[in-house]
Amino acid sequence: MEQLILGLLAATLGVGGSVAYFFIANSILDRIYPVSTSSSNPKIQSLLTRNMRISGAVRPWLFVLPALLFLTTFLVYPIVKTAQLSFFDASNGRFVAFDNWQWLFFDAGFHEAMLNNTLWLIVVPTLATFLGLVIAGLTDRIWWGRIAQSVVLMPMAISFVGASVIWKFVYDYRAEGGQQIGLLNAIVVFFGGEPQAWITLYFWNNFFLMVILIWMQAGFAMVILAAALRAVPEETIEAAVIDGAGPVHIFFRIKIPQIWGAIGVVWTTITILVLKVFDIVFALTNAQWNTEVLANLMFSWMFRGGGHFGRGAAIALVIMLLVIPIMIWNIRRANLEMKDH
Amino acid sequence: MVVTPKRSPFMLVVHAITFLLVATWFLPTLGLFVTSIRDRDQISVSGWWTALTGATQSKVFRAPGADGQKEQGGAFVISAHVFNGGQGRVSAFGISSLAPRAYQPGQSVSLRDGSVLTLRADGILTIESAKRITRRRGQRVFLEATLPPRFTLENYGEVIGAENLSQSFFNSLAVAVPATVFPIIIAAFAAYALAWMEFPGRRVVLVGVVGLLVVPIQMTLIPLLTVYNQIGAYWGGATKSYLGIWMAHTGFGLPLAIYLLHNYMAGLPKEVIEAARVDGATHLELFYKIVLPLSFPALASLAIFQFLWVWNDLLVAIVFLGAGDEHLVLTGRLNNLLCTHGGRWHILAASAFVTIAVPLCVFFGLQRYLVRGLLAGAVK
Repeated sequence: MEQLILGLLAATLGVGGSVAYFFIANSILDRIYPVSTSSSNPKIQSLLTRNMRISGAVRPWLFVLPALLFLTTFLVYPIVKTAQLSFFDASNGRFVAFDNWQWLFFDAGFHEAMLNNTLWLIVVPTLATFLGLVIAGLTDRIWWGRIAQSVVLMPMAISFVGASVIWKFVYDYRAEGGQQIGLLNAIVVFFGGEPQAWITLYFWNNFFLMVILIWMQAGFAMVILAAALRAVPEETIEAAVIDGAGPVHIFFRIKIPQIWGAIGVVWTTITILVLKVFDIVFALTNAQWNTEVLANLMFSWMFRGGGHFGRGAAIALVIMLLVIPIMIWNIRRANLEMKDH
Repeated sequence: MVVTPKRSPFMLVVHAITFLLVATWFLPTLGLFVTSIRDRDQISVSGWWTALTGATQSKVFRAPGADGQKEQGGAFVISAHVFNGGQGRVSAFGISSLAPRAYQPGQSVSLRDGSVLTLRADGILTIESAKRITRRRGQRVFLEATLPPRFTLENYGEVIGAENLSQSFFNSLAVAVPATVFPIIIAAFAAYALAWMEFPGRRVVLVGVVGLLVVPIQMTLIPLLTVYNQIGAYWGGATKSYLGIWMAHTGFGLPLAIYLLHNYMAGLPKEVIEAARVDGATHLELFYKIVLPLSFPALASLAIFQFLWVWNDLLVAIVFLGAGDEHLVLTGRLNNLLCTHGGRWHILAASAFVTIAVPLCVFFGLQRYLVRGLLAGAVK
């Protein structure tokens, strides 16, 4: 309970402090370089103009300074440092050049993680985007569409750990003959199959873990793609209707080609999330039964046996390298947008 | 909009497929919720869906032996209640494992030693014999019964009290509130400058922010942890502190915050801003009198996103706040429970729901802003 009071106090102080900084910094700037006066002396007027120029150039930096400080300290510096640390030893003391990288190249855990991550990267963004698209298209035409969309979006709001508990319950396994309490096994038994301990099945368990992430992200895809679908110009649809096209044909041949941009955004965003997600594997299997992924591997090495920071940094850098193509694509798009301004 | 007749077979298929998909999305969460309010013994013996309809189970009951007999009205009687005082309805019973459902409730069966066994639908079992019953081990009775579902809030009570979930709840809140408010303030000023002030390097900063949006947190953990440790060692205090995690979350949340707010602010009507400038408003006045109030929807969306992100976070909390018992946030606590109480679903279900209760409330209450935020590019 004390933490909460501490937190509220900190929030108030922080807000008050930052706001105070901005106002005070601004006043100081205006003090040093005043821009208005009651006098009409021409010499003072030209001084004012000069002041306006200077304060106009300085003021924006006052506004962005705290943000830049935080960004540099907590993002830019660590990124550079981590890249550097991958060439150092376990406690970042000794420079060991490519030792960590050599170890990584031959490490079985790393191979397993790369293989699994490849699977995750292929399956999750594709299925989540596809399901989001389908649900967006379907719910657009029915009267209870809003409710349906709400239900599908809901898993986005909960934590990965919470979702893992929910699905662990669905995957629960009891020995054959016993009453199944997990939904999946109950359905399987109902149709005459044998119950399985889904999370422990080598290779296939990865897909059961992926279902959790797809369950959580399809709603996001649905929201973006539903908006994109609604933005498709009416004329293109009407023209197709006049030509006698049915709804399915219109959906696949007219609407989808016009929303490729949105599909791309959704697909890349989910891809990045897939690379970062460590909670699901950490909570459900902790990499047992061959479910290791890069994010979890990095976490393990950060703390395993006191932590090997050099190896952890190397793995983090691998994740970063995988993300870079998307980063470049995003920056290019942002640049183009800014040119239009 | 393409016009299709409302009741065409095509629309039926649409409804059906949508229903299936929505059910797939809804059932897992529903299952956990129903489980969290079920009686703990019932959870492990029957699926949660039966709680909505009533479960039929097979049971084996061993009646008391010769020691339990009483003499009543000239006969020797053993009586027992197969549900041990609980409720239930017997639908069939038997005395041999080869024919466990041979008899209807209320029927009487002759046992090998001449006594007569009767099991009523309400679960009362009587064995009557004219002469003294001699078998020491009680008779085994196989029965099929329907147990009514029992709902309770005990699981929540146990979880909040014994499992220290309330402590974690306040920890989570203590982390989330400042970590939501700081980034918004700092980002608001920066976003305004990027949107409405001219200065060299503006584009570089914007491009930098876009690039930083996708950086995985894993790249930042090791150096920050090292620095925190060093600072902590220098000051002689604990290395894992709330201040540390607040600052970290602020830093991590800034790219998205600046990106969202900048996009929104840049889209505000130019005329309003220009008119105010002509009237002699300074940038600061423009900011807090005009732009900030107008940006309320974006601020709301951002606040929701950041709050949910911090509340649901596990990695940053473990690394910067630690996994010690009193510092554990809700997600960390739930993760622990998953590992230590693997199969005890009455605890896991209730804990999970305490953890996701706040996000669910935020979601259902403020869904509009969440959706708007998603559309504006709020993704982590």
